[in-house]
Amino acid sequence: MNNIIKKFIPQILAILFVVLIFGFLTLNAQTNMDNRGIDFGFGFLSQESSFDVQFSLIEYSGSDSYARAFLVGLLNTLLVSFISIIICTILGVIIGVARLSSNYLIKNSAAWYVEFFRNIPLLLQIFFWYYAALRALPMPEKANAWFGVTYMTVKGYYIPAMVWENLNVFLYCGLAAIIAIIVLRNYAIKLRDTQGKQIPVFLYSVALLIVLPLLSFLFGGVSLDFEIPELKKLSKISYIYEGGISLPPELIALVLALSLYTSTFVAECVRAGIEGVSKGQKEAAASVGLTPNQVLKLVIMPQALRIIIPPTTNQYLNLTKNSSLAAAIAYPDLVLVFAGTALMQTGKAIEIVSITMLTYLTISLTIAAIMNWYNKKIEIKEK
Amino acid sequence: MQTINFLKPNRDNIKNYSIIGSFLVLVSLIDVISNAFLKINLTSFLPGSLTTLFPLIIGLIGLNMMRIDYSGHKTLDLLNKNINTNNFNALLTLLILFSIIKALPQSLSWMILDATISGDSKDACTGTGACWTYIKVWFRRFMYGMYPNEFHWRINTAFILVIALGFVGYFMKENLKKYLALYYVIIYPVIAYLVIYYLISGGSFGLQWVETGAWGGLSLTFIVSFFCLIFCFPLGMIFALGRRSNLPAIKYISICYIEFWRGVPLITVLFMSSVMFPMFLPEDFFMDKLVRVIIAITLFEAAYCAEVIRGGLQSLPRGQYDAAKSLGMGYWKMHIFVILPQALKLVIPGIANTFLALVKDTPLIFVVGLAELAGMLALAKTNPKWLGFAMEGYIFASIVFWIICYAMSKYSYNLEAKYKTER
Repeated sequence: MNNIIKKFIPQILAILFVVLIFGFLTLNAQTNMDNRGIDFGFGFLSQESSFDVQFSLIEYSGSDSYARAFLVGLLNTLLVSFISIIICTILGVIIGVARLSSNYLIKNSAAWYVEFFRNIPLLLQIFFWYYAALRALPMPEKANAWFGVTYMTVKGYYIPAMVWENLNVFLYCGLAAIIAIIVLRNYAIKLRDTQGKQIPVFLYSVALLIVLPLLSFLFGGVSLDFEIPELKKLSKISYIYEGGISLPPELIALVLALSLYTSTFVAECVRAGIEGVSKGQKEAAASVGLTPNQVLKLVIMPQALRIIIPPTTNQYLNLTKNSSLAAAIAYPDLVLVFAGTALMQTGKAIEIVSITMLTYLTISLTIAAIMNWYNKKIEIKEK
Repeated sequence: MQTINFLKPNRDNIKNYSIIGSFLVLVSLIDVISNAFLKINLTSFLPGSLTTLFPLIIGLIGLNMMRIDYSGHKTLDLLNKNINTNNFNALLTLLILFSIIKALPQSLSWMILDATISGDSKDACTGTGACWTYIKVWFRRFMYGMYPNEFHWRINTAFILVIALGFVGYFMKENLKKYLALYYVIIYPVIAYLVIYYLISGGSFGLQWVETGAWGGLSLTFIVSFFCLIFCFPLGMIFALGRRSNLPAIKYISICYIEFWRGVPLITVLFMSSVMFPMFLPEDFFMDKLVRVIIAITLFEAAYCAEVIRGGLQSLPRGQYDAAKSLGMGYWKMHIFVILPQALKLVIPGIANTFLALVKDTPLIFVVGLAELAGMLALAKTNPKWLGFAMEGYIFASIVFWIICYAMSKYSYNLEAKYKTER
């Protein structure tokens, strides 16, 4: 009896406490909304949004619905996160490896890079790139061409656009190449296990990846043209580039700040991972006659990756959440488009803030679930 | 078999080789330095791209000539071991050296040599360098926001008092030490709140009332992070214990709480505090924006704190729990006297990191209209009298934050090292 009371009383109290808080908040919200004549509901999502978004991946205009505006914001968030994740991974791996270098200068430069970029608040870094560094770029008419065809100007970065014909044939060829590589790899492993023969899988894979898409150009009727941005005069003093793809300065500033900031954390993860593989592993591998390349590929990396990947995914998640700082420099991401503009117009604070938070929550929890599954899979199974 | 040994020294001729080698490296450095500082191109007689590559090639040959496994000269060996182990390393060494030399004159002249600091208006800044006059004129605004100038002593006194009270633990008498936790968790926050409320807000004791809208600058950063820090710690402890509880209802409530806050970005939490929160409060109940923001950040950071503390709880060996239970201790007794003192000691570095993240997150309150340092910069930047000094402003703010955060992270490293050896 005593035990039952000990077990149930705290739980009931806790649940009661939570229910009371939620009840209190809902009651207040109800009275407040009644007083102000606001009704609760998600019907506004299908209404016409009647505001414009300056940068969007899908077709969007003011006559589209709020739901579509939400999608535009979400895609912009995902775009900036995706680009930043790729750049921060490359930078992070380089810096992380550099921190383990035997070269005094390289080691210390990498250490100072990490100390420098991770100790400045991300918002300040974004502001610095957007308001200070990118504003110092030349006007469109004075811009120099980088690599001959791209223009970095104060109004954004102009790069050539690709104009495809029969793009789907090309994509099918790429897909076929990837499937062929997977089949080849499995075959190679089988061959090695049963007959002990080695075939240069990597070389064949590269060849497949180049040859198959090339064939599509020759026989599949695929063609690729580049639309190069050209300077156009709008008025006496105002110029603009036409054609091609223009990346707005907001996007560039955001990608720069996010990837530089997060790369320091990725670098620390990489360093910890490589340091975490004991020296004995390397020596043992060398003593059974593996070449240095094989030691790295077959012994060090698989073990290091097991340590590196979980915290690194965490950093990717942080990056995705940090990309919401976009709102501070008016890059039209989810927070700015939806929790900013749409909220101002509809006044539906509760619905919109909840949707925004739930979206981020879904992204986070999905990635966390995938990571847990992956961790379970690669875990060392000890007996 | 005779191997071709071109430009490779051995122990007999290392003296000659190292002299020639260091001479070549010196030449390459002189070339780069004269190029960067004096704007003289010593190698202009060479064609095209060769003049830019010249120092690199010469330097590489020089370093190659100096490289030997073991020479017996202390300096040379040290050099070879640290910056000159192979050709690739030598190349990277030269590239880093050259880029530092190339970047130095430009940044030096912009930041110091051509910069202006005298005068008190924009007209003083005529040079090509930075205009530190701008920082000098706006300094008080950056530190104290729109807080009236004549009352700045109130903020300073409040901070000094709060810091002094924080050090009380160090000087407490031995027989009072058992109340230390009680002091830091309950009494200290209350006193600190009262000090800040009565001194900075004012309104009584003959001090003029200053509304929170006027607070700002770096002092606001400190106020927000201080309050979030002292409130989120106990809250995090509760949820950490909750998550490890074996009562399912409490466990799942804690998990939901922690995962929810950890899954959303802080900026949406701030939006929530500014636009959604007022809807949830009773009618005619007004809560200051700053208070709402502090509550929101506290709730948010408490989840991160809870995870760190949970890590500490998990790393304690099971024997500690068993031993405490076998002495007949109940849940609370066991946690207060046995588990938490050990676990909290373990998580101090992790908590320090959480607080570091908290300080770095405070500039975000700018998006809901509270003008701390980043917000004041945005205001100053758009002031028509002071247009065009964004660069100086952000560099100043970055340096200020960098010093604070770097000091904190170094301190947490030290703590980590200190407590690692003890276990």
